[in-house]
Amino acid sequence: MNRTKGDEEEYWNSSKFKAFTFDDEDDELSQLKESKRAVNSLRDFVDDDDDDDDLERVSWSGEPVGSISWTIKETAGNSGSTHEGREQKSRNNFSSYGQLSKPVSTYSLSSLFKGRTRFGSFQSLSDALSDTSAKSYAPELGRPKGEYRDYSNDWSLSDTVRRLRKGKVCSLERFRSLQDKLQLLEEAVSMHDGNVITAVLIFLKRTLSKEILFRELEVRQVALRHLIHFLKEIGDQKLLLDLFRFLDRTDELALSHYREHLNIQDPEKRKEFLKTCVGLPFSAEDSAHIQDHYTLLERQIIIEATDRHLESAGQTEIFRKHPRKASILNMPLVTTLFYSCFYHYTEAEGTFSSPVNLKKTFKIPDKQYVLTALAARAKLRAWHDVDALFTTKNWLGYTKKRAPIGFHRVVEILHKNSAPVQILQEYINLVEDVDIKLNLATKFKCHDVVIDTCRDLKDRQQLVAYRSKVDKGSAEEEKIDATLNNLHIRWKN
Amino acid sequence: MATMPEEFRLPGKKDLFIEADLMSPLDRIANVSILKQHEVDKLYKVENKPVLSSNEQLCFLVRPRIKNMRYIANLVNTDKLAGRTRKYKVIFSPQKFYACEMVLEEEGIYGDVSCDEWAFSLLPLDVDLLSMELPEFFRDYFLEGDQRWINTVAQALHLLSTLYGSFPNCYGIGRCAKMSHELWRKLEEEEDGETKGRRPEIGHVFLLDRDVDFVTALCSQVVYEGLVDDTFRIKCGSVDFGPEVTSSDRSLKVLLNAEDKVFNEIRNEHFSNVFGFLSQKARNLQAQYDRRRGMDIKQMKNFVSQELKGLKQEHRLLSLHIGACESIMKKKTKQDFQELIKTEHALLEGFNIRESTGYIEEHIDRQVSLIESLRLMCLLSITENGLIPKDYRSLKTQYLQSYGPEHLLTFSNLRRAGLLTEQAPGDTLTAVESKVSKLVTDKAAGRITDAFSSLAKRSNFRAISKKLNLIPRVDGEYDLKVPRDMAYVFSGAYVPLSCRIIEQVLERRSWQGLDEVVRLLNCSEFAFTDMTKEDKASSESLRLILVVFLGGCTFSELSALRFLGREKGYRFIFLTTAVTNSARLMEAMSEVKV
Repeated sequence: MNRTKGDEEEYWNSSKFKAFTFDDEDDELSQLKESKRAVNSLRDFVDDDDDDDDLERVSWSGEPVGSISWTIKETAGNSGSTHEGREQKSRNNFSSYGQLSKPVSTYSLSSLFKGRTRFGSFQSLSDALSDTSAKSYAPELGRPKGEYRDYSNDWSLSDTVRRLRKGKVCSLERFRSLQDKLQLLEEAVSMHDGNVITAVLIFLKRTLSKEILFRELEVRQVALRHLIHFLKEIGDQKLLLDLFRFLDRTDELALSHYREHLNIQDPEKRKEFLKTCVGLPFSAEDSAHIQDHYTLLERQIIIEATDRHLESAGQTEIFRKHPRKASILNMPLVTTLFYSCFYHYTEAEGTFSSPVNLKKTFKIPDKQYVLTALAARAKLRAWHDVDALFTTKNWLGYTKKRAPIGFHRVVEILHKNSAPVQILQEYINLVEDVDIKLNLATKFKCHDVVIDTCRDLKDRQQLVAYRSKVDKGSAEEEKIDATLNNLHIRWKN
Repeated sequence: MATMPEEFRLPGKKDLFIEADLMSPLDRIANVSILKQHEVDKLYKVENKPVLSSNEQLCFLVRPRIKNMRYIANLVNTDKLAGRTRKYKVIFSPQKFYACEMVLEEEGIYGDVSCDEWAFSLLPLDVDLLSMELPEFFRDYFLEGDQRWINTVAQALHLLSTLYGSFPNCYGIGRCAKMSHELWRKLEEEEDGETKGRRPEIGHVFLLDRDVDFVTALCSQVVYEGLVDDTFRIKCGSVDFGPEVTSSDRSLKVLLNAEDKVFNEIRNEHFSNVFGFLSQKARNLQAQYDRRRGMDIKQMKNFVSQELKGLKQEHRLLSLHIGACESIMKKKTKQDFQELIKTEHALLEGFNIRESTGYIEEHIDRQVSLIESLRLMCLLSITENGLIPKDYRSLKTQYLQSYGPEHLLTFSNLRRAGLLTEQAPGDTLTAVESKVSKLVTDKAAGRITDAFSSLAKRSNFRAISKKLNLIPRVDGEYDLKVPRDMAYVFSGAYVPLSCRIIEQVLERRSWQGLDEVVRLLNCSEFAFTDMTKEDKASSESLRLILVVFLGGCTFSELSALRFLGREKGYRFIFLTTAVTNSARLMEAMSEVKV
């Protein structure tokens, strides 16, 4: 469990996992690209017009023409008056392409299987299953089972359950005493068939008072689980909550109530509903989350109203330059923070929409705050703000750069937001680990950093290797040459 | 083919409404012209939109779900209000549930609609893979504890034994496996005679619950087929390759199975081998085409009539898979896959937990991916027997802040399913752990958790991993080109637990000597062996093994077992409730539609 650092390094440096890396874009992809070129070069010869016949015909949506999925999309596109005409068209499609397309997707299994079987006697899966004699696979359904009505009331307990299992209609009315009902339930449970268990429960729910039902199920966990799932599915929220209350499962009771907010679309109503959830018997931890959920939506409604107004008035520069893509309602907290860092960065702490206010209200950790603010400000290319985010003054007034998330992450985020080389360079230089620094600098083509680092490491070989990667006659090449020729450096290799 | 049409017996013209989830499976065995032959006029998807059909007969092909019943009831009641009479028929696949009938009755349309069942529960996706296409099995059973699909599984087993003779050797692990096996046995007894006298063709059957091994299903996949599934989502055996793969302006739906010659050779390979293979293939193809240069007219004619078509086909497949690889590489490089894999391996091996936790935290803070973050947390939880309370709180809080407070519900689900739990106080010392768990019997622990209606158990992954040697000790480089064990499907870092269990049991032909492992898996009561005394099974049939995955299997597991089969001279066929992967498992646990 607790390996030493040395062990770990050895582990990662051992060649076990080096067989393949997704980082090595160059090697792997170039191999792939080469194959692709080779294949593509054949295209001229291969692609003539008549060669579509061994490929499925595919509609614009990608579904094979004549397939059921495709046809349904077509019907869905139709409406009202154009119906007949469109339908005629699709019908043409079926006759012309239906024949072509289908064999491809159906022949494959059976024909192939025959050729492959190593065991002569083993009938292929697809053959066996499409065999007409295999009636039990798809029973004759001319006379639906449900119509074999049976009005006899004399079935024994086990016969009753067996009939239920076979999907036959079977009256349960004769099970009137509690003992009979419970025996019926236990027999159903012993057969393991959930459908039958639920059938019996439906009967018990109808013929027993809920107190008795709940009491008996409390000691029958399998049946209880079926009842809970059944109530969830048919949406009998009231009985479900009663049941949880009876079982004293306060946590599930609260969550089950809270769950209903998902069905409320209107933000105001949703907010009001969440308010009713705040006092529910959640665990202490979850209570805080529910409170936060309510507060967040409350804030979002205020921010949304103000910003929609500002945006439509067209007076605010930020909204003119960067129109909002979506409403902020019901977005996660981090997204809201990003939004607020994007549109309301400079606002005073007193306003609901200011990032600092959000940070305080929801106790957002420093790390998370910096990460989000960085992404937002970088997106706006506000490099000054980025700079300020990491600058701290000590008591003597000296400034220092600090990042709670590690500067290598900062660099990556900046790069994703296409920061210019000068900016990237500045932050790469702040990365402490030399290997990571060198890696990043190479990856993002910050030549100066690479050259300077190699020089500092006195690693002549690496610098020579890097020279082959830069453009001929470029300033970088010149700088490398100058460094390599510098007689004052005592290279280690 | 011939089995399909019967169900639509409703004489005359009709419109057919199909549930979205059934479209792809149906597409695999039928097409529109077959439906037309059965006088199906128009096709609609079951969705919450007003119905425009003017047909006098409406047919619905649906899964037995309450919301479908409400949809149909709404439609029928609207017709009734408008004074319109039509014929309605509901076909449930694979079977009807009493809860559905209850809703029809409550809505006052029982009797207005006729009901039927279409027991279509086995879809052959490939030469060795049967799928029940029931992704909801996972949530229904492993989260809600609803056993509604156990009968479907038993029926499927029954059908297979009718076709291939009874199963002489059955093994299983997991509560659901045990129940399915028992119910299947019951069916066999009830419908005696059909299988008697047939020589068994399938020598061994192995049933396995998904919750016996969540870890494997939670890992990033790196064999080609698994990677394609993780990246593009294989649906019902086919995948939609977008323009970035097809290098054209349209998408292409491609069937992925053994029929695709190129795919068949790379599907089980570690991704790093795929490039080499594809470029070799490309060179060979080039050479084949080049041969035509020196040909005279006659040879050329021969070439065109005999070889060209095959070459063209190969060319097409080759460029598709090269395109797919390229697209996968781009995506994976962008998301820092290497870093991710490193973290997963560290979690599997159980070292550097702080650093991995930090990695997950950052993943969450940066809102990288809602599903991925959840998956990593689950992996951390299961491999560590739950999160330390402090970490649990802080990760959960950050998750809710990053992805939305409503995910509180998802966390509750994950806890109930045992995928993401918090260590109980005093539970943290791993050294003491095994001693303590020996003292506390499963039953006592079971009663405590049962109070919270939880199926959750302690995972004991670390101890199991040690016992079963899941982390291979490798000196030097693990050669992924020439795999030495099943660990190759995870770059040599981890042997899938599920597959290791199967391997061990098949070797012993029983659970003997695996008691400790079974106990650590919390399956003491749910590991079984069922052997028939009759010695009719031929040695050939004894090499054929049916593995049944309850709750889904991943392509990586299939690849690992195919490898095992080649090594040991077995031949595996698979039956799964659905093909799954980490993202599907996580989505199944979510309350919020993503």
